[in-house]
Amino acid sequence: MLKIDNLQAGIDGKLILTGINMEVKAGEIHAVMGPNGSGKSTMSNVLVGHPAYQVVSGSITFRGKNLLEMSAEERSHEGLFLSFQYPVEIPGVSMINFMRTAINEKRRYHGLPPISPADFLKLIKEKRDLVKLDAGLMNRSVNEGFSGGEKKRNEIFQMAMLEPALSILDETDSGLDIDALRIVADGVNRLKTSDTAIIVITHYQRLLEYIKPDFVHVLYGGRIIKSAGPELALELEKRGYDWVIKEYEDSL
Amino acid sequence: MPVQNYIKLFRENRRLLERGSSAVLNGRRDVALENLEKYGLPSNSMEEYLHSNVSEWFEPDWGINLGRIDIPTSSAAAFRCNVPNLNARSYFMLNDIFEAERSPDRTTLQEGIIAGSLREISLERPDIIERYYDTISDTNKAGAAAINTLFAQDGFVLYISDNVTVEKPIQLVSLLSSPVDLMVNRRVLIIVGTNVRVKLLLCDHAISPAAFLTTQVVELFAGQGSNIELYDLEETHAAGFRFNELYLKQDSYTDVAINLITLHNGKTRNSVYATLEGGGASLSLNGVAITDKSQHVDNFTFVDHRVPNCTSSELFNYVLDQQSVGVFAGKVLVRPGAQHTVSQQKNRNICLTRQSRVFTQPQLEIYADDVKCSHGATVGRLDENALFYMRQRGIPEQEARMLLLIAFVNEVIDLVELEPFRNRLKRLVEKRFRGELSQCEGCRICR
Repeated sequence: MLKIDNLQAGIDGKLILTGINMEVKAGEIHAVMGPNGSGKSTMSNVLVGHPAYQVVSGSITFRGKNLLEMSAEERSHEGLFLSFQYPVEIPGVSMINFMRTAINEKRRYHGLPPISPADFLKLIKEKRDLVKLDAGLMNRSVNEGFSGGEKKRNEIFQMAMLEPALSILDETDSGLDIDALRIVADGVNRLKTSDTAIIVITHYQRLLEYIKPDFVHVLYGGRIIKSAGPELALELEKRGYDWVIKEYEDSL
Repeated sequence: MPVQNYIKLFRENRRLLERGSSAVLNGRRDVALENLEKYGLPSNSMEEYLHSNVSEWFEPDWGINLGRIDIPTSSAAAFRCNVPNLNARSYFMLNDIFEAERSPDRTTLQEGIIAGSLREISLERPDIIERYYDTISDTNKAGAAAINTLFAQDGFVLYISDNVTVEKPIQLVSLLSSPVDLMVNRRVLIIVGTNVRVKLLLCDHAISPAAFLTTQVVELFAGQGSNIELYDLEETHAAGFRFNELYLKQDSYTDVAINLITLHNGKTRNSVYATLEGGGASLSLNGVAITDKSQHVDNFTFVDHRVPNCTSSELFNYVLDQQSVGVFAGKVLVRPGAQHTVSQQKNRNICLTRQSRVFTQPQLEIYADDVKCSHGATVGRLDENALFYMRQRGIPEQEARMLLLIAFVNEVIDLVELEPFRNRLKRLVEKRFRGELSQCEGCRICR
């Protein structure tokens, strides 16, 4: 589904990703972990096409297409979704209007007519229930006045509405209490199928207790320095990152 | 024309002009003349007009319809105000002449309400008009009031007696239509009695491509305990100059909301002079301007807190595209003794291009020590984080920008309580941003 090949990228002329290689297949869950400043957020921003980031070299292929040639909105239509670490408040744009526009733009991209109002409302209700998002929030401005937990649940709600092939969850667990974390993780797990994939970007092992990864990667200095099975996350939780970094540096 | 020529024009045609007006209006011309001679027209050498050289607007050799000639207009007759479900009583003015034929019959009015031609009603009921006309407007300075009082022959008057419940919104549609360039001097007098609730719409439309210079003076008296919403919508065109002054006097426990909405114009100056004279008075004064090309919008507000326990809040949002110019100057004066005044003022601007410009000047003068006042102004661009968030969800950049702009303007539009009008405004704003509004019929100059 996704193939990243020797990706080098940065921001403001500063190189942050120094050579990422990664492959994600349909049905898989990958966890990307790493200490602060290792390039985790840069990686997710580059994947979804944030205009502030520049790709220096390398390639990203997504479902057979060259991702780097697409605008942020095209990547979204092609099935890429980012759950933001800090969801943005958009005063004056209601959730309903926002969601309807997003859905219909995607449908238009795929040559489909706009969704009918009845189907849209049904869809909203169904997906809202998935993450227990209060109905009243739908008439409010996007994320405005939402609590930390509501914002993160809103991200997963939008993911459910847009049905992406590949979802990137960027620090989705930050700022969540244990109950909210459970609801979010439960939502993600119920959306998971054998045709979709997830990249979980996280500091801590906590979220991985609920969203079980097939692979765990350690990002350090802008590249992946170790990849292994889910047991790696547990080990990192116990021993920290230093030993992985040392192992990597010794191998150079 | 320089101001001397206007004065000469008045002197030479005074009899003709006064024949087309009424004794009450004529009775104020001498003082207006004296003041116009003394102060002249405002220019950008004056503090309050730094960014709007209004005297330039008067420079062309404008025609004035002093003889009250019927101007042939087929498009004016065809004009329909298009606000669904508004269900208002709509009065019409064509340039500066009240149109009795198109306006509701006076006999069908609710008891206790007088509405219609200022000229006619001041002939019939000089006792009422004399008490109010030109009493809160101020000709004693460079501004619109002196020249307007000098030349105004007609206008609109609305008088609502105490305790009358006004059933429908009242609308004044002012149409500008003329085969030749024209100066229009319009006068509006609104007297609202004790405990009256009323919603008012003043809509300005230009429906012929000629150039217009409009001076307008509105005097609004808010009687004790009254609740007034006044919406002033301008939809004119690039060859329009509008010099508008609104004077408001609020008695105790009045609740007044004013919204100045400039969707389409050439050059506009709106000045609001609000005096809070009775305790417990509350004023919500808001505005929106959406401009492009070489449009120019200048909103000036002066809120005078004279007594304790009054509140005022102001919100003006501008969106400026291309090389257009926005100006906002807001002055709040809290006089000695006006304790427990609560006042806030905000002016927010979005410049879409490097060429567009905003001049903003919030001003607070406080002479009382127990008050809560705040003011602020921002000039910026669209929130890039919000734009990217929307694009990540699949909303194309153009559409995302549009949604953000509409949202920004709606912050003010949402303060409009009259629902059909609010909905209409939202549609107009959206059309405006999508570029559909500037291609309206009869508006060839805008393209």
